[in-house]
Amino acid sequence: MLSSIRTLWYTFLHLFHHSETVQYPEQMPYLAPRYRGRIVLSRDPDGEERCVSCYLCAVACPVDCISLQKTEEDGRWYPEWFRINFSRCIFCGFCEEACPTYAIQLTPDFEMSEYERENLIYEKEDLLISGTGKYPDYSFYRVSGLAIPGKGKGEAERERPPIDTRALLP
Amino acid sequence: MNLILFGLLNIVGILLMLVIGAALLTWIERRLLGFWQDRRGPNRVGPFGSLQVVADMIKILFKQDWIPPFADPVVFVLAPAVVMVAALLAFAVVPVTPSIGIAGNLNIGILFFLAMTSLSVYSVVLAGWASNNKYSLLGGMRAAAQMVSYEVFMGLALIGVVMLTGSFSLADIVRAQQELWFVVPQFLGFIVFMIAGIAETHRLPFDLPEGENELGAGFHTEYSSMKFGMFFVGEYIGIILVSAMIVILFFGGWQGPLLPPILWFAIKTGAFVGFFILLRAALPRPRYDQLMAYGWKLMLPLSLLNIAVTGAVMLTH
Repeated sequence: MLSSIRTLWYTFLHLFHHSETVQYPEQMPYLAPRYRGRIVLSRDPDGEERCVSCYLCAVACPVDCISLQKTEEDGRWYPEWFRINFSRCIFCGFCEEACPTYAIQLTPDFEMSEYERENLIYEKEDLLISGTGKYPDYSFYRVSGLAIPGKGKGEAERERPPIDTRALLP
Repeated sequence: MNLILFGLLNIVGILLMLVIGAALLTWIERRLLGFWQDRRGPNRVGPFGSLQVVADMIKILFKQDWIPPFADPVVFVLAPAVVMVAALLAFAVVPVTPSIGIAGNLNIGILFFLAMTSLSVYSVVLAGWASNNKYSLLGGMRAAAQMVSYEVFMGLALIGVVMLTGSFSLADIVRAQQELWFVVPQFLGFIVFMIAGIAETHRLPFDLPEGENELGAGFHTEYSSMKFGMFFVGEYIGIILVSAMIVILFFGGWQGPLLPPILWFAIKTGAFVGFFILLRAALPRPRYDQLMAYGWKLMLPLSLLNIAVTGAVMLTH
């Protein structure tokens, strides 16, 4: 009986407590920098696309919402088209973890509702952003050993020139 | 002629106030529950969300009015009307102020009130029966047992007040509280009456007839649209009724300093309506056997004790 009255009193005191509600459309909730929202494709510091069409994101995706087609140009790999079906996407972030070049990234944005389902299929031009996303300095081709026009074998960062294994010099 | 007009105005005024008040209560309850749970409650439609009532009304009126093929259609339709009619009729004997009120001076006011609240048992039992559905029937049975047993000491709790006043008329009871509110000499009676009142309107924590997590929705499982709405409005009118009765019987009715009588009555009634909502926010629902044991083994002896003590004190004076 006494505990019931105490419960009543404490509940009544909540009238003067601060409300926990976030008044969403007027007041935006705080989203952590690593919040898993809308997926983007980022570019490297030189403004080139980071994606090298390795298909790892498509393989990692548990709901098969990513599809892409590889194409090649001057020794660099690009996606010819890149498509994410956001009506399937579960925002698990596995694609981001699988990506070897930090190209695919999840952003703190969830306001992407549509009235028609087709509008949730994002093409490459919808996904590609002009910035570098979470990793401003990283460029895959600058650190990888792959030779591309303008960068020969052994000219990447933290890489020594290749050794001629047949030379007799020490 | 003037008297008839005044009487009609009284009836229409009280009817409108009750129905509008009950509709507004649906919104007030949700707002208060929100505050007590550190939420905001409905605050989108209109100023502070007060037009939520209108939105709900439009929604509920346009819902499909469905009578299940296995139900007994006549009784099924009749049941929700009974609850509203009984609650509204009981208000006929409530003296809001000396001049406002339909039959506040009726010399069997309390008996009329008890009779009308008993009638509302029919509504829930018939609703549960006519729905032809196991859960509805269970809810109806629970409602019947609960309301019949709590009726007993609801009546007994009032006897103390009647003994002190020497009248069954509610207006006389209010006038008898000029010096001292009856809550002081009849504190036990007040507690018992209030608990019985909560059980009578089957509000939380005594809402076992419609316990959502046990019976679906109890006796109104099969109801939709405005027929469900009538159960709802009937319940809220019941809350207003019981609060008004508590105020009249134990808290001096319209009496109070400075403010006009109608305002005093509204403030006191509103406070008890708020308390009813607070009870819902704070307390869990007891088990059914606990409810019955509580009623028969604690409340009934207490109300009998109240009568005995009141009688003894009156004899010695």
